[in-house]
Formats: sequence, C-alpha cells, structure tokens
Amino acid sequence: MPSPTGITRATLVKDLRLEWRSKDAINSMLFFSLLVVVVFSFSFDPNAEESRQIAGGLIWVAFLFAAVVALNQTWAREIRNQVLDAYRVSPAPANSLFLAKAIGNFIFVSVLEALMTPLFVLFYQLRPLGPAWQLLVVAALGTWALVVNGTFFAAMSLRTRSREIMLPLLLFPISIPALLAMVQATTNILTGEGARVWMALLLSYDLVFTTACLILFETVLNAE
Amino acid sequence: MKRAFPILGILTAILLSYSLYMALVVAPTEQTMGDVQRIFYYHVPSAWTAFILFTINFVASVVYLIRRKQGADIVALVSAEVGVVFCTIVLVTGPIWARPVWGIWWTWDMRLTSTLVLWLIYISYLVLRRFSASGETPLLAATLSIFGALCVPFVYFSIWFFRTQHPQPVIGGGGSIDPRMLHVLLINWLAFSCFALLICWSRYRLEKLQREVEQAQALESLTQSPGSPR
Amino acid sequence: MTDAHIQPTPVITVSNLIKQFGRFAALRGVTAEFTSGKLYAILGDNGAGKTTLLRTLAGLSQPTSGQVTVLGARKFHDVCHQVGYMAHPSLLYDEMSGLENSEYFARLYGIADNSRCAASIRAVGLDPDLVRPVGQYSQGMRQRMSLARALLNDPKILLLDEPFSNVDVHSAGDMVRLLGRTRDQGKTIFVVTHQASLLDGTADEFVWMEAGQIVARTRDLKPPGVMT
Repeated sequence: MPSPTGITRATLVKDLRLEWRSKDAINSMLFFSLLVVVVFSFSFDPNAEESRQIAGGLIWVAFLFAAVVALNQTWAREIRNQVLDAYRVSPAPANSLFLAKAIGNFIFVSVLEALMTPLFVLFYQLRPLGPAWQLLVVAALGTWALVVNGTFFAAMSLRTRSREIMLPLLLFPISIPALLAMVQATTNILTGEGARVWMALLLSYDLVFTTACLILFETVLNAE
Repeated sequence: MKRAFPILGILTAILLSYSLYMALVVAPTEQTMGDVQRIFYYHVPSAWTAFILFTINFVASVVYLIRRKQGADIVALVSAEVGVVFCTIVLVTGPIWARPVWGIWWTWDMRLTSTLVLWLIYISYLVLRRFSASGETPLLAATLSIFGALCVPFVYFSIWFFRTQHPQPVIGGGGSIDPRMLHVLLINWLAFSCFALLICWSRYRLEKLQREVEQAQALESLTQSPGSPR
Repeated sequence: MTDAHIQPTPVITVSNLIKQFGRFAALRGVTAEFTSGKLYAILGDNGAGKTTLLRTLAGLSQPTSGQVTVLGARKFHDVCHQVGYMAHPSLLYDEMSGLENSEYFARLYGIADNSRCAASIRAVGLDPDLVRPVGQYSQGMRQRMSLARALLNDPKILLLDEPFSNVDVHSAGDMVRLLGRTRDQGKTIFVVTHQASLLDGTADEFVWMEAGQIVARTRDLKPPGVMT
C-alpha cells in the first residue's frame, strides 16, 4: 500500500529533478524576476523616506508577478503526454500530488524571492526598523498563501480556455485579504510598527485555505 | 406554480413603484446631505440583497458538491449572476453618493470595499463558468464558490483592521437612523428582494429548459436504429 | 486458453452507459459484459465512442448515467491496483529515462522493489539501462515503454487505447505477441485500435462500436453485416 508521505516525497523529488534538468524554465524565471525589480525601481523612484512606506507593497507585487509565472508552469509537465491520467489511474491519493506540487512551488517561488529581495534592499536602501526575523515569517506565510491557492487554481485552470489568464483571474480576488496582510505586515515591520495581528491573519488564512485545498483537490482533479 | 409567477411579477411591480415613491418623495430629507442621501435607499438594500444571493450561491454549491443534483447547480449559477448585478449597483451608487457629499469618488469604506472584493470574486466565478468545458463546470464552480465563502470573513476582518490602522471616511454613516428612514429602507429592501426573486426564477426556468434541450439533442439518436454496417 | 466447461466470470459489466458532452453524446446506452482471460479488440470509426468507453472503464471519465462494474467494484479506485492503462500519448515524463519513469510510477503503486521496474522494461523488449530520456525515443520504443508502465503493477485488466498508433510494423508485431502472452497468463485485455488487422488471430473477440453504441461482437475480423 503506498504511503501518502512517501508519494508526496517521491513526486516532489521527481519534480525538482525535472526542474533541474530543464534549466530553461528556472533561468528565464530568474531573469524575469530581476527584470521586474529593475522596472519597479524605474517606475517608483526610491527616496529613502518614502521608500519604506511603499516598499512593502512593491515587493509583494513583484513577488506576485513572479509567483504567477511560476504557478502557470506547475501542471504543464503533467499535461504534456497526459501523464496526469497515469497518476489518476494509480492508487496514489490526490492530496499527495497536490502537496508535492504546492511544496515544489513554494520552494521555487522562495528561490525567486531570495533573489529579488537583496536587489530591492539595494535599490531602495531598505533597512527594517522592526525585527528582521519577522520579515522571514511574513515572507513564508505570505508565499504559502499565494502558492497553496495558486497551485489549486492552476489545476482548475487546466481544462479551461485561456488557461494562463485564468489563473491570476481566479487567484487575485481570493488572495486580496492575504495580500493586504502581507503588504501591511511588511510595511509595518519596515517602519517599526507592530505586525502581529497581520501575521496572525496570514497564519489563519493559510490554515483555512490549505485545509480547503486538501479537501477539495480530489474533486477538481477528477472533474473532467 | 404557474400562477405564482405572474402574481409575483405584479406584486414586484407594485412594491417597486411604492418604494420608489417612498424613497424619493415621502422619506424625510436628510439634514446634512440633502436629497442626495436618498440614494441610500438603493445602495443599502442592494448590498443586503447581493449578500443574501451570494449566501444562496454558497449553500447551493455545497448541496451540489454533496448530492450532485443539477437543480442545485442551476440555483448556484442564477444566484451568482443576479448577485453580481446587485453588487454592481452597490459599487455604482457608492461613488455617485460619495462624490457630491464627501468630494471623493472612492474610499476604503467597509461596505464598499468588501462589496468590491465580493464582486471581483464572483466575476471570476462567472468567468470560470463561462470558460470551462461543460462537463466539469458545475464541480469547478462549486469549489470556487466555497473558496469565495471562506474568504469572506477574512475580507471583512482585514478591511476592518486596516481601517483601524488607517482611518478613512465612512460612506453611508454609522450611528442611529431615523425610524421613518428605516421604514422606507425596509420597504425598498422588500421590493428589491421580490425583484431579485422574480429575476432568479425566470433565469432558473430559462437555464433548466436550455439544459433539457441540450440533453434531448444529445440523445436524439438513441431511439433510432444504428446506421447500416459497412 | 480458458476451459470451455467453466462458466467464465465477468470482470467488467457495463449497464446502459450514457456519456454526454454538452450537445454531443459520446456513449448512448452501452450495455455489455466482458469475461476474464480474453483479449478484446474494440473497433469503430472516429467518434464511435471507443476512447470514451475505455476512459470510463479506467475511471478517468464519469458517466452521465448508467453503471460500470470493474472486478466487482462500482468505484474504480477500489480496484485500481489491478488495472493498467495506456493511451496514445505516452503518459511518461519526456525528460526522464525509462527506468526513472518506471521507478516513479512504481512508488505510486507502493512497489518498493525496483527490480520489478527493470523486469517490466525487459518484458517489452527494451533495455532498462538505457539512460536516454524517453522524449528521445522512437515512437515504437515509446509505446513499448508506456506498455511497460501499464504492466508495472501486474494488473489483472489492461486497458489500451491506440497502442499501435504510429508504431513501426516490427514493434507493433512484438507488442501484439506480448499482449497474446499476457492474455494467456489469465489477464483480460481491451485494445482500442484503428488497426484491427494487427490483432487478427490474437484477439478473442472483436467489439464493433458505432455512434456511441456497441453494434456487434464477432469472433473473427469480419465487419458485421457483410455476411448477410
């Protein structure tokens, strides 16, 4: 009997390996992230005083762009050659597939964020006035909020027309409370105000929607 | 059942006319805002009606997921469509009201903002329904509806908390309301609800018929004998 | 060969199966019984409903109405261990080698023993040590690799959709012989194909479909109605 965690791990390892082998996707996304930061720096002229106020919003919009580009790729490999059918026919649980994809996306988007953040700090001369470790927590919670719903909606978009636009179209409205929380939390930490309530909001958002995704994924996977 | 529809139609027409008269003529003029305030009688009931319709959508979606009954799916579709219409009314009347009174088109007002987010969520719901292949539309849409419903408390809380950190003007006024105004408000709400019911019912029948026609067309050769062999 | 005196057990029963896609009905009331240990060839023109029927048997497509029972179970997931599925697309990851693909799918079935992967690859006449990614295989090799994947969990029932499509004659012949041997081991095999002649002499029964229904089932490869 296959164990769910074993399958999640095997699928995640497989995805990371495949991602590593076709480095084109990674490279183009890394470059894209760099471009986004540069374009933002030109569009929103950073001046040390105002930059702290808007940087929270800017950085998350940039992360959002990068996340959408990454998320659109999520299921592409499973659709080519209809490999997804092979998974569905097997006894492997749908949840394991979802978790593996979500975790894979989380890792991938985090890598992009890790690249973009130093550039933002550089261009905008950011120095957080609040505890910097909280920024990591916000980044993790916020990224997971985007990725967990994004992976789910990417699966929903699979059988729709205009697949690429469908994903952000579904993801953005639902993500609004989380986006507000991410941005406010980041801004507050940068300006030295409290961010605990926003972080709590993000945490509960993550818990609720991760549960919803896990419960409903099988329905979406087998809708045909 | 057949008689009920025209009766409802007439009742709705009467109620709408009456409530229009009440709102524009009978209701007392507001102290500070003047006659512009009368848009309140459209703004608020529309919001309540939209919210009720979205709740119906959520319940119908859950029922569909559990029991896979086509009727539930049609109710979900219909309530979403009409709900979006009422939502649009809220979003249009809000700025129209805000501009002459407060001098601004938009503010992160609780009702306005949360209505905007709901509107966005349900527009994406309708787009999903339009863009997905017919077999799976009900399932995917029902799933999205549940996500939307789960999102609602987060929307309200996040906007509320945002406003406590960044105080904003409030459209629509908090505080107590003159009982005569409340009376007119409730009449209007009743009229709007009847109107919503009428439209939903009509749309429901239309959609049901459409699906029955499709099914009949799909199976029409079932009774015919198979074509001649090669 | 199945013993003619023993009542054959139905492994798959289909009852008034209807599948509707919007205005199009792919299956219009299919009713049939299929017994174990036989190789069934499902034939018919495009749009006859062959692929839809196979996908319904594989649990990939839910019928609009009607019932499917596979190995006694109404829900495919209860018996998915014992079914293998193969389609015209390869259902493999192009960037991984044959063995890597096999090992991953083996995990999905809870098969910890990697030697079975190598064995099933050898069984279809391929080399398990081949490092070349599957995307670079010829069509014949790819279809054989796909078959190896379907055989991985040693299924009782094999569902194959157009397995010989674009495959060279030599590989196709090998596959047919392999399918015959697999059937002889007691497995039930369903092959949807346009190339009926390939199965002439190996298939136990030909199932003819037209416009979403089964119109005839014959022992040999003669289209129904030709004799009358």
